[in-house]
Amino acid sequence: MTPRQKRFSMIGLGLVALGIASALVLNAFNSNLVFFFTPTQVANGEVPKGQSFRIGGMVEAGTLTRESDGLTVHFVMSDTVKRVPVTYKGILPDLFKEGKGAVAQGRLSSEGTFVASEVLAKHDENYMPPEAAEAMAKAKAAGKQSSKTLVVTP
Amino acid sequence: MIPEIGQFALILALCVAAVQGTVPIYGAASGNASLMAVAKPAARGQFLLVLIAFCCLGYAFAQKDFSVLYVAANANSKLPLHYRLAAIWGAHEGSLLLWTFILTLWMMAVTLFSKHLPEAMRARILGVMGLVSLGFLLFMLTVSNPFERLIPAAPDGRDLNPLLQDPGMVMHPPMLYMGYVGFSVAFAFAIAALLGGNLDAAWARWSRPWTTVAWCFLTVGIALGSGWAYYELGWGGWWFWDPVENASFMPWLAGTALIHSLAVTDKRGGFKVWTVLLAILAFSLSLLGTFLVRSGVLTSVHAFATDPKRGLFILVFLAIVIGGSLLLYAWRAPRVGLGGGFDLVSREAMLLANNVLLVVAMGSVLLGTLYPLFLDALGLGKISVGPPYFDTVFVPLMTPAIFLMGIGPLAQWKKASVPSLAMQLRWAFGASVVTALLLPFVLGKWTPLLSLGLLLALWIVTTAVINVRERLTHLEGAGLLSRLASVPRSYWGMILAHCGIAVFIVGVTMVKGFEVEQDLRMNVGESATIGGYTFQFDGAKDFVGPNYIAARGTFRVTKDGREVTIMYPEKRRYMVQSQTMTEAAIDSGLLRDLYVSLGEPLDAGAWSVRLYHKPFIDWIWGGCLIMALGGVLAITDRRYRLAWRREQEAAPAVSQPVGAPIV
Repeated sequence: MTPRQKRFSMIGLGLVALGIASALVLNAFNSNLVFFFTPTQVANGEVPKGQSFRIGGMVEAGTLTRESDGLTVHFVMSDTVKRVPVTYKGILPDLFKEGKGAVAQGRLSSEGTFVASEVLAKHDENYMPPEAAEAMAKAKAAGKQSSKTLVVTP
Repeated sequence: MIPEIGQFALILALCVAAVQGTVPIYGAASGNASLMAVAKPAARGQFLLVLIAFCCLGYAFAQKDFSVLYVAANANSKLPLHYRLAAIWGAHEGSLLLWTFILTLWMMAVTLFSKHLPEAMRARILGVMGLVSLGFLLFMLTVSNPFERLIPAAPDGRDLNPLLQDPGMVMHPPMLYMGYVGFSVAFAFAIAALLGGNLDAAWARWSRPWTTVAWCFLTVGIALGSGWAYYELGWGGWWFWDPVENASFMPWLAGTALIHSLAVTDKRGGFKVWTVLLAILAFSLSLLGTFLVRSGVLTSVHAFATDPKRGLFILVFLAIVIGGSLLLYAWRAPRVGLGGGFDLVSREAMLLANNVLLVVAMGSVLLGTLYPLFLDALGLGKISVGPPYFDTVFVPLMTPAIFLMGIGPLAQWKKASVPSLAMQLRWAFGASVVTALLLPFVLGKWTPLLSLGLLLALWIVTTAVINVRERLTHLEGAGLLSRLASVPRSYWGMILAHCGIAVFIVGVTMVKGFEVEQDLRMNVGESATIGGYTFQFDGAKDFVGPNYIAARGTFRVTKDGREVTIMYPEKRRYMVQSQTMTEAAIDSGLLRDLYVSLGEPLDAGAWSVRLYHKPFIDWIWGGCLIMALGGVLAITDRRYRLAWRREQEAAPAVSQPVGAPIV
């Protein structure tokens, strides 16, 4: 091979490798995006069927119940306008509490219950997961807020 | 009074940094030796001033001076002294001070170990570092001041986030920052080379030990953080592909690529332009990482809105540093030259492939980390990118890189022959494939990923053995010992670091393949068996810690009827922030970890409990430590010291300024 051919074959090989790599990355990226929805959107049926997504809002006070196995919990997630029942089996994070913000990831069952595979509640007491804060801010902006006692802190 | 001294020291440091960032660079450009000579005392002076500021903040924490806002926000009178001192870097303002302090520490190191450098080079390096430091000091003094007063003083502080009250967290940020900031030296070398227009093998040899040291610190820092997450977060994971973790992983990937590319520039004079670009990239990513994590951009994009000045400053600073250095690169890189050519099958080509793979991997992490932020900032909706994305991307990207890792060190520079490489490696390949296919059956379970992981680890080790044998047979010398002694340390460093990767891969593969996790309800006296170990729950008792109250469970662990250990996981409640924390109990071992953590109290003394059996998990961090040790071994190589000495002898007398020490 002449040096010229050699250089071209190298550049060609490099481009092919980069192309394959980018295709792989973008494909993986596309199929692993998790979208976020508010309880209002869930109630309005705007969520994808049979696909995993995230939902955020306030854990409504007094709704947390535990089954006798000590692990399966039921609670209601709300953005002060709409309510979505959630089921989760597992140990809840330390900062999960009634009346506090939380984010859950999972799928919507055919009965309209959100079956969570993961529940997130992070950082300190005053911290509200941004998604949860936004869900409530949106509901508030829509002018349908029923309760005035909630303070939305971003 | 003391905080004001700290503040004053920072202001003085800012002035010194302004001088250090301009005068020596101008001096180097105009060939004025006395202006260049300003760099060294300025750097040392700055180190001293920032050290004073750092000590002042430490003093304020030690004395519980709650009239300082930062102290009041991050400490409490009940917080033990060692955590009060660690609280210096517990939040945004203080960690920036730590960053700046470490930067001046590296500057100090450069003034101490740069006697062999040409004067102009040293002046430019210190000048560039001075400019970086100028940016950070300006940021601290304008919008992020750790010495800001709180008047009237708070009666007591808000306490350190309980998650950070842990020995791992005390060490993790300084280690990580030593790594992040260490790349500033490589960056300064690169910018200095661009300014000076000469980038030769000597330049690469000077930068190599600095880059490797930074990389070692970063490796240990990331491992510490991962270990901390494992035992402190209470759910037993060691890597979550969390944006905060990604922020530290990206500079690591770029730094790893840089180390390999520097080797080519050093040994063969090749990849010059690419090396410079990687040095810029590694440091830019370090800056991005620091700001992403510490400015609160990641936990919430709205943090920008709460303090728009801070966000704006960060964006402008990043734009100046990254944009400026890339502009300089575009302008000056053509002068640097490309270096010698090489064949399609050669060590250079393999290192190039390794570099491309590492950079693509880095790019994929960057995409997964920043894309959700951009989308949110533009108001296009909220998304998150989960661990499955990173897992799917990393396995296919790293597999060829690791395959090449076995061949590369055996291949010749410039032109290697495929048949002879195949001859050398056929046993390694055969043995790895057969063992990797059969071993999982012996262990009791076969999955493709299990075999692949074991194959990669075995491939690294077997090729390393062949490599060492090959190296020894080609050396002259009578006995094996004398031949062993004549192999340079940098070579052993490389072999050791590569074997560290193998150990790491074994850990990851075995944990992914064989870990057993069980969440269950346990009544007092009840027992459960996982992974051959029986855990008996003897109930939980309350007790009081210095700044928390806790429930402490007792678990008696037996295997085949023999008692193995007793484990005491805790559920703590930190009073000041009224925050609950899970302290897992872990019984570590070479071949497995037992992991117990308490969930929630249920009726009649029963608890929900997590029981994990994690085989080989400690190999993950062990592998990281071995990698770092390999790096340390490499920098102790004689060739760096010899090169320095030769350089001094050859250095023309003109470049020595009047009064500079001639050693």
